[in-house]
Amino acid sequence: MTRRMLPFAVVLAAMALVPVFTPSHFYVNLTSQVAIAAIGALGLNVLVGHAGLNSLGFAVFPGLSAYLVAWLSTLGGFDPVSAGLLAIGGTMLVAGLFGVVALRATGLGFVMITMALCQIVWGAAYRWTSVTGGDNGISAVPRPGTGLLPLERPEVFLWLCVGTLALALIQLGRFFDSPMGVALRGTRDQPRRMSAVGYDVWRIRFSAWMLAAAWGAVTGLLYAWYHQFVSPHMMAVTASAEVLLMVVAGGAGTLAGPLIGAALVVLLKNLASIWIERWVMLLGCTFVAIVLLMPDGIVPGFGLLRAALARLRPAPAPKLVPRERADV
Amino acid sequence: MSELALEIKGLSKQFGGLPAVSDVTLAIRPGERHLLLGPNGAGKTTLFNLICGDLPPTAGSIRLFGQELVGLPPRKRTACGLARTYQILTLFPHETLCRNVMLALNGLRPQKWRFWRDFDDDTDMRAEAFAILERVKLADLADRTVSQTAYGDRRRLEIALALALAPRVLLLDEPLAGLSRDERVMVQELLDTLPQDITIVLIEHDMDVALAFAERITLLHHGSVVITGSRAEIAADPRTREVYLGA
Repeated sequence: MTRRMLPFAVVLAAMALVPVFTPSHFYVNLTSQVAIAAIGALGLNVLVGHAGLNSLGFAVFPGLSAYLVAWLSTLGGFDPVSAGLLAIGGTMLVAGLFGVVALRATGLGFVMITMALCQIVWGAAYRWTSVTGGDNGISAVPRPGTGLLPLERPEVFLWLCVGTLALALIQLGRFFDSPMGVALRGTRDQPRRMSAVGYDVWRIRFSAWMLAAAWGAVTGLLYAWYHQFVSPHMMAVTASAEVLLMVVAGGAGTLAGPLIGAALVVLLKNLASIWIERWVMLLGCTFVAIVLLMPDGIVPGFGLLRAALARLRPAPAPKLVPRERADV
Repeated sequence: MSELALEIKGLSKQFGGLPAVSDVTLAIRPGERHLLLGPNGAGKTTLFNLICGDLPPTAGSIRLFGQELVGLPPRKRTACGLARTYQILTLFPHETLCRNVMLALNGLRPQKWRFWRDFDDDTDMRAEAFAILERVKLADLADRTVSQTAYGDRRRLEIALALALAPRVLLLDEPLAGLSRDERVMVQELLDTLPQDITIVLIEHDMDVALAFAERITLLHHGSVVITGSRAEIAADPRTREVYLGA
């Protein structure tokens, strides 16, 4: 457990230390975005990687909680922290209702229902102009912060994001090895056997759904505080697809995968777009390459690569190995 | 007369217009070894699926030690003391054999909802799982994943998952399917060592093993009971020959 967490600690420490290496707010903020996206991807990974439930509507959780905190702390007149807590509570309530609906289905039906539920909320955000501001969204969302914790400063906000990401990694890392986590993967692989040995498959799936929703809600909160602005676009189908891409590209079911996938997508989006106008094409090509070379995602892909290298180690020309591998 | 372990009355299951099981009545005493016989499509596995709750019956009642099972979900029937194995292997392929058994052990316990403690840190349960793997002679493979084991080992793991539930009534669906001669002997010995207070209902096509094991036999054909009786009664009955050889 502790040894497995060491690489994560190193990566998170490096992220937290970005402000030390560069005074540029651009890179500090970029790192915050990676951390926020990673928390969301970790949440979705509970469903996709461990429950075997592919959701194409995950953006509804961050979307709801971002809208709730934005509305409550501007028009609603709540202070940012209370608004944040209420937003998470409200998101969980709605998630509970949506879970009852969505978990009637599995497989393709689940994909469509989750997408439809997200579309409902997106539609409300888009059309219910008097409350949500419609396409303009809600702006001037205040960040919480006190003298001790001045969250308006980018580096302090980054530390909040990295700290939250650390909590997510610890909680989910423990969850995946717990009786509950093993049982969740049991319901993915053999739901029939699971109920035959006494498990309530539906309740296990519902718990996983709520856990994913909780980290989704946290993501939305950080998102709203980071941008200090929310708009319906964060609940568009493309937004849900983007989180799914992070999970799948990084490696569904692994702990590091969603983190790597989130970094890949956010960095490509923000860095490549500086140099290449059609950066979306680059994103597309990257994913095609991942799917062709590492169909299970980057983390399992490198695992296989390492195993292949270990087998080939006695070979006389190890420098040729990566090229041979690429031909396969 | 003492309470029956498994009492089935007027049980029927229609798939559309096809009667897979029709009006089956069975009475199985505690500790009995009961064999279900019948050609392919006779409704044996469907009967198991009805008993353990994977399928809802069209009509009829199923009682386990007097408790009505119809209407209960499978997990509640398991809690009543019912366990089964599957004809088609239904194991957790990515987990170790030990974790497979631990998952089954945990199914009826409240600690299955724990989400913080490491599953493998539960040394008491690991020891319990080892003891069960020992019974099916798989203890030395305990830390291999299912995908790293041979077919014969997986057949025995099927049985181990059911035994982990400490059942009062055990339904075995072709526990010898696809096994070699040596492996058959091993499973046969395993079945012989099961405590006499476990009631066992067996579906098996290996007649040498099945007939030696079972005290009472029910012959099914086209979803209906043709005859129930002792080994000798079944063998002597002309209808047995008719069902198997055609008339």
